[in-house]
Amino acid sequence: MSKNMIIAGLAVFVIAVLSPFWFNMATETQAAPKPELLGKAKAEKKCVLDKYEMRANHMSLLDEWRDSVVRDADRKYTGTNGHTFNMSLSTGENSCLGCHEDKAKFCDSCHEYASVSPYCWECHTNPKEIE
Amino acid sequence: MMEKSRRSFLKVAGIAAVGIGAAPAINFAASDSHGSAQVAKAKNEEALHAHRWGMVIDTNKINEEVAEAVRHACHKAHNVPDFNHEVDEEKFPNTRPVNHKQEIKWIWEEHFQYAFPDKEDEFLAEKFQHLPFLVTCNHCKQAPCVQACPTQATFKREDGIVLMDYHRCIGCRFCMAACPYGSRSFNFRDPRPFIEETAAAFPTRTKGVVEKCNLCAERLALGQQPHCVEASEGAIVVGDLEDPESEVRALLNEHYSIRRKQSLGTEPSVYYIV
Repeated sequence: MSKNMIIAGLAVFVIAVLSPFWFNMATETQAAPKPELLGKAKAEKKCVLDKYEMRANHMSLLDEWRDSVVRDADRKYTGTNGHTFNMSLSTGENSCLGCHEDKAKFCDSCHEYASVSPYCWECHTNPKEIE
Repeated sequence: MMEKSRRSFLKVAGIAAVGIGAAPAINFAASDSHGSAQVAKAKNEEALHAHRWGMVIDTNKINEEVAEAVRHACHKAHNVPDFNHEVDEEKFPNTRPVNHKQEIKWIWEEHFQYAFPDKEDEFLAEKFQHLPFLVTCNHCKQAPCVQACPTQATFKREDGIVLMDYHRCIGCRFCMAACPYGSRSFNFRDPRPFIEETAAAFPTRTKGVVEKCNLCAERLALGQQPHCVEASEGAIVVGDLEDPESEVRALLNEHYSIRRKQSLGTEPSVYYIV
């Protein structure tokens, strides 16, 4: 009797634990969009830091940059690829948007998927949008 | 035959656990030192440097047109909103009506008696009653706004510029209460609908932050003179107050100059040749 109860309980437990996986298998889920590299960024191949580091830590890097520019007046950043960048989101050729020209395909697509809304663009401007 | 006692098993298990725990820490330390050796931060080579930036305004060279040109050049380049600007309804629908008591200004014209209330006189030379005095942030040596700011959003840079980190500003407006010159403005609303032409080289501000003149820190970093200097036709000179060889010091040596509300002890860095 107790043996049957235990086995039934185990079966319910396993089904409950694995249910999210089965649910995902049954329904169609959207894969995370890849940031699209266009124009100059595509030709460059290598960003300020390694690809995976940029994916995981770009927000920390930007935070570091803004403190550096605003508080220490250091505006040049030499990345791991040996190139020197202008520590700026959107001003000039050598800034983030200077290379990653399409903000919608580079920043927004991922941020939307991940449901994060950084408030960078409440003050900073996308030069493409101004024109 | 090797006999495994419980004691020896626990010993080996304990050492293994320490090893597993230590590996990520060692990896992290190794990657960190590796990273910082490669990346480097530096100032622009062309940047202008000073021990203490200051400004000298020759009031004899300033008339209405020059003052207006200076104000316009500054406000345009820094995306300072003008609440008299007609809002583009297509781009900014449902913008609520303007309260004209609110204004945002970085540099503006002021009458002598308001700019220098302690120097007003019964028989003041008549020219002072009509001259437009350009007033802006004084980048004080003992800046009261810096002391008042609870988040260090307003801070004094090494070169004497009183600068704002808009990212840190929480909009408490203590700095506005502390500033005896009224040099600071608060964004009661989103400024973007009231910017005629957004300059791409400088960000706008957002609702809820204070703003003021930054002595064109972004231009000094590029080796350029501030916008007001360029638009002033020689009436405004910006330079190093602590360098005896500098142009500003030469001007101050040759002419009599005054500063605003000097008795308060804030040590303003903006001098007026009268």
